[in-house]
Amino acid sequence: MSTAPLRLVTRDDYGVKFASASVVPAIGSETQLKSVLGALAGVDAVGLEARCAKLATRSIKKSTKLEAIDLAISMVDLTTLEGADTPARVSSLCAKAMRPDPRDLTVPSVAAVCVYPDLVARARSALANSSVAVASVATAFPSGRASMRVKLLDVNDAVEAGAHEVDMVIDRGAFLSGRVGEVFEEIVAVKEACGEAHLKVILETGELVTYDNVRRASWLAMLAGADFVKTSTGKVSVNATPPAALVMLEAVRDFAESTGKLVGVKVAGGIRTTKDALRYLVLVNETAGSTWLSPDRFRFGASSLLNDLLMQRLKQHRGAYVRSDDFSGD
Amino acid sequence: MARTCALTISAATEVNEHDLTASRLGSLEYDPAPESSAIAHFRSSYGLFIDGAFTDPSSHEQFVSLNPANEEVLATVAQSSREDIDRAVRSARRAYEEVWSHTSGAERAKYLYRIARLILERAREFAVVETLDNGKPIRESRDVDVPLAAAHFFYYAGWADKLDYAGFGVNPRPIGVAGQIIPWNFPLLMAAWKIAPALAAGNTCVLKPAETTSLSALLLAEILQQAELPAGVVNIVTGDGSSGAALVDHPGVDKIAFTGSTEVGRLIQQRVAPSQKRLTLELGGKGANIVFEDAPIDEMIEGIIDGIFFNQGHVCCAGSRLLVQESVADEVLRRLVRRVEQLRVGDPMDKNTDVGAINSAAQLARIRELTSFGESEGATRYTSSCTLPEKGYWFAPTVFANVAQSHRIAREEIFGPVLSVLTFRTPEEAIVKANNTNYGLACGVWSEKGSRTLWVAQRLRAGVIWANTYNKFDPSSPFGGVRESGFGREGGRHGLEAYLDV
Repeated sequence: MSTAPLRLVTRDDYGVKFASASVVPAIGSETQLKSVLGALAGVDAVGLEARCAKLATRSIKKSTKLEAIDLAISMVDLTTLEGADTPARVSSLCAKAMRPDPRDLTVPSVAAVCVYPDLVARARSALANSSVAVASVATAFPSGRASMRVKLLDVNDAVEAGAHEVDMVIDRGAFLSGRVGEVFEEIVAVKEACGEAHLKVILETGELVTYDNVRRASWLAMLAGADFVKTSTGKVSVNATPPAALVMLEAVRDFAESTGKLVGVKVAGGIRTTKDALRYLVLVNETAGSTWLSPDRFRFGASSLLNDLLMQRLKQHRGAYVRSDDFSGD
Repeated sequence: MARTCALTISAATEVNEHDLTASRLGSLEYDPAPESSAIAHFRSSYGLFIDGAFTDPSSHEQFVSLNPANEEVLATVAQSSREDIDRAVRSARRAYEEVWSHTSGAERAKYLYRIARLILERAREFAVVETLDNGKPIRESRDVDVPLAAAHFFYYAGWADKLDYAGFGVNPRPIGVAGQIIPWNFPLLMAAWKIAPALAAGNTCVLKPAETTSLSALLLAEILQQAELPAGVVNIVTGDGSSGAALVDHPGVDKIAFTGSTEVGRLIQQRVAPSQKRLTLELGGKGANIVFEDAPIDEMIEGIIDGIFFNQGHVCCAGSRLLVQESVADEVLRRLVRRVEQLRVGDPMDKNTDVGAINSAAQLARIRELTSFGESEGATRYTSSCTLPEKGYWFAPTVFANVAQSHRIAREEIFGPVLSVLTFRTPEEAIVKANNTNYGLACGVWSEKGSRTLWVAQRLRAGVIWANTYNKFDPSSPFGGVRESGFGREGGRHGLEAYLDV
């Protein structure tokens, strides 16, 4: 067990008054961190999945559907994370991010474009003077298997190239083997390296496996200063799932009540259809509430989702189905 | 580098209590998503289903069946007289002696499978009929009542040719003609619970649905015709309490199965006592949901909500008493009240409705009366601020805190969307309080510690104990009560016993 001193997170770090009496203590040691995480209520997997299944039956129609589709579009982190990415592809994606449907300027722009660090500069210039942010994955994404030095260099690269947002991965091995102090310190260090950039912490819920772990990892990340907690890299077999997202939404809601600090949630990987996106929005609506129904607090990390949202949007307006080829591939 | 982003993430924002309160309600207002009522085809009036056909009641007397959500008349239904009941029992007797008792188990199973499949084929229609007639949300009739009703027929179809292996000896005999009286809270599902095991075991039956909810049973009668079930094997007679009494008193009935109030159950038991009739009763309850401090809190809150607001609390096994460990009582109550505020109360036909209409004016009056004692006896009342429709019978979801064991709302079955919250300090105290009731139908235990759950469960006097869940039903699981909640089991292998001469 690591006995290295942890950076103290104090009330002052939150810069706010605590909203309720159930104050989260400042984390001074790994032992203390463990006791905080261990005191969190357990998650009953059967009940959690049943709740998700029930909320999945919500019927979103007519103007609610249009409103939700536009909201979902504005929450998309339009993502390309392939070895084969090219500057031209990134430029094209940025154009789409700013004007998802060039023929209809009432379509909102997406929240951000998400790329690898080496393409941040390209994305920044392509998005200059737009409202779309540039997000960069970092910290040896997606596996996180590198030394701390390399991870921080990776973050520095992204930030220096102008990334507004950094998506880091946690060390799942350290978390699963109980070295939570290490994970905590890593997040604190990355947060520092981010400077002004906002930090999204990818938990890789598919590798954490249990919902109890998802809840503990969410709290760990929030205590260490995450601005967002994010489900997945999109690079493993199990990506975002509604139950994992629900646990994270409960975590950010409870964290806000305990500390006054609002942390966002990003779901990523495998979300391809409007139906999927609306189901996540229902989870947000009925769990965390309206404060989280904004791109500031909820994001979809996705690529093909955007076109499906555009198709469904047009279908709602026209009353007839449209073709996928009506929209650009990226 | 200058930043012009409007949609950036704002870091570590301060939030005040007001924002969080606002956020609890959510801001994505769902547009109405009503299921189409045109799917249900009601006749203007219904006769009695006797000997395989709809026939006029001898008195030609009809009464109306209302939609409790808007008080509109859906159809008129026949009032059975003593003569009609006699005709139905004779038809059942004839069918038993001439046909059904000679029909092999495998053959009986074919009919039951056929009924199950037909229910599923017409599931949407059944759901709409049930919701219009009963007032329950369409989501529940669609996702719970109708699929579970079909599941009971499927399940007991499987037993029909395997009775030798049910644990009651070789070739167990049926009882004969069963008189079955069912309540208005799960009209179709209760009909399935009664008819499926009776037919599987080789009995014939006369079923009397509740006065306010006859229509789904009458649709089931159409299914029985469609399934070509031999005439008289199932007879469905509608009417009020006098029809039920005539059925209970009829000398040609070999067994009475009743689900309903403890009050009526007691009367039935008295009337049946001097006869040779078998009797099973599934009566009221005042279920305790026991919450320990280590419970999985979010799922537990959902479980409490499901336990008391499912079907507007019109559930005999409803978790109407919440016993919560004192150390977490404030936290649980705060979350519970927040969640109650989120419940969507209104048009039962809307697919997003969580809580529908109270089934009848009489039931609404009873709920109002009992809850009025809550405040006068000193409990703290939280009522959802939801807007209730003007027409129809409605009661806003309500939670009473600071309830004492001696309060009427802690002792009497309210049978509505009303929860009484009590606290305890030790597991022993929880058990004493949970058992301090005349009822004994169901309890729930919420804890992440398995050994404690088992320790508590062994000491609770109730027919059903749920661990970390509530109101879960399955045809393979026996259901029934002890003490004033009745006797006899429905569901599972145990449910066969009520219809076999063993």
